[in-house]
Amino acid sequence: MSDQADWSLAPAAEIAAAVSAGRVGARAVTEAALARIGRLDPRVRAFTDFLPERALARADALDAARAGGQAPGPLAGVPFAVKNLFDIAGLPTRAGSKINRGREPAARDAALIRRLEAAGAVLLGGLNMGEYAYDFTGENVHDGDTHNPHDLTRMSGGSSGGSGGAVAAGFVPLALGSDTNGSIRVPSAFCGCFGLKPTYGRLSRAGSFPFVGSLDHVGPMARSARDLALAYDAMLGLDPDDPAQADRPAEPAGPSLEAGIGSLRIAVAGGYFARMGEPDAFAAVAAVARALGAERGIEIPEAARARAAAYLITAAEGATLHLERLRARPRDFDPAVRDRLIAGAMIPAPVIERAQRFRRWYRDAVGALFREVDVILAPATPCRAPRGGQKTFVLDGVELPVRANVGLYTQPISFIGLPVVAVPVRLDEGLPLGVQVIAAPWREDVALRVAHHLERAGVARAPVATLD
Amino acid sequence: MAETETDLDAYAEAAAAMLGLAVEPEWRETIVVNLRVLRAAADLVGAFPLPDEAEAAPVFTA
Repeated sequence: MSDQADWSLAPAAEIAAAVSAGRVGARAVTEAALARIGRLDPRVRAFTDFLPERALARADALDAARAGGQAPGPLAGVPFAVKNLFDIAGLPTRAGSKINRGREPAARDAALIRRLEAAGAVLLGGLNMGEYAYDFTGENVHDGDTHNPHDLTRMSGGSSGGSGGAVAAGFVPLALGSDTNGSIRVPSAFCGCFGLKPTYGRLSRAGSFPFVGSLDHVGPMARSARDLALAYDAMLGLDPDDPAQADRPAEPAGPSLEAGIGSLRIAVAGGYFARMGEPDAFAAVAAVARALGAERGIEIPEAARARAAAYLITAAEGATLHLERLRARPRDFDPAVRDRLIAGAMIPAPVIERAQRFRRWYRDAVGALFREVDVILAPATPCRAPRGGQKTFVLDGVELPVRANVGLYTQPISFIGLPVVAVPVRLDEGLPLGVQVIAAPWREDVALRVAHHLERAGVARAPVATLD
Repeated sequence: MAETETDLDAYAEAAAAMLGLAVEPEWRETIVVNLRVLRAAADLVGAFPLPDEAEAAPVFTA
């Protein structure tokens, strides 16, 4: 791959290998990505903060270090971008809002940006998102909506909509998102990317603007399982700045990525996870199950209640976080977010305590399932990407608001912090669908192994959108 | 939680005052719609029997 334009579409692993071997410079890779973004992002609207000067300076420093004999790192020269709730030094962390633009500029980059750059990656900028991450659509009244690169009339999904859009459009091979109730997995499904929501407490959230501390996760999105694993491994490690981070050793996923599915016990979630969705959502799960030889079903108990409890905790904790802003500047919120938050502030405390107590029960009940199986498969979303601006959809004969219901299959999983890789499935020439590959707590390595196997088998794939 | 639609509207008004939130009249309907969804979720969670010993799993460690 010597043509500069090709580098904008290359996987992260390929870029890192080429930069490390001196076959291409980090500057050339960065310039190719910047050019593609400059040409095509006005149609996708993935970026809100474009940082070409910073990126080129970083790329030049990497090239100079390599010329000086320094090892360039496992992500050498890999361009990446982050959902704009991650601190970027010198910018106010807007988190998709108008209000946060008045914040002091961040003094330093978020922890995960620092770790990716320490591994040789190059930050290109901040990405669009739903206001304060309370969103599944990728729509933003302040910055404009991120459009789905595979069909610009469709939603990107959210709230990490810019992250899904940037990866699917081939602007970057790697992006960071956050996932409280599905905000990595939903845009991964709609935009046809691979997304990793790690175990709750695994990766440092330090320097990211919070939403719901009890449920917030951060993680990578990419066009291959290998690229997810590369980024994930580079971001591992304890960070005292995140009070919810678990005291676990770094357990990298890369070394076992090629191990295949071997004797893994894989089951398909039934009951709640086999209802409500459109037939395509279940066809995607069936295609993945066939490729894995997964014939058994499994019932995740009380999933509907788990979703309800996640919904309540989200509304109340989110409202608590934003209460002062709701008092002082209610008109500066996206009205759809504001009215949900105001209602959330009104939830009586016993309801939330009850939901948290139920969470503990549910964690133990679902944890017991992982004595019988290693992986559970479930749809990521109930449908393909809805039209941009679409307010309602019909699921199982009932008309429901899109914004609150796209995550009905993701919420019961993140509620207890299980690691998930959302894998992109193409059933036909139409829009992609996503399937959740769910593993036991702390077994991101298993979910990534399965995702990699599915990619090898041709069942999961994430082609760059045709935008030219 | 509250039993009727009227109750929810009255509850929203009283709760807004207690929380110090200045709710414009035109926001009220959406807030009540949201409260209705939250109430259904609360009823669903509340109907699940939990023993008194079932404590939440807080992150806080001394």
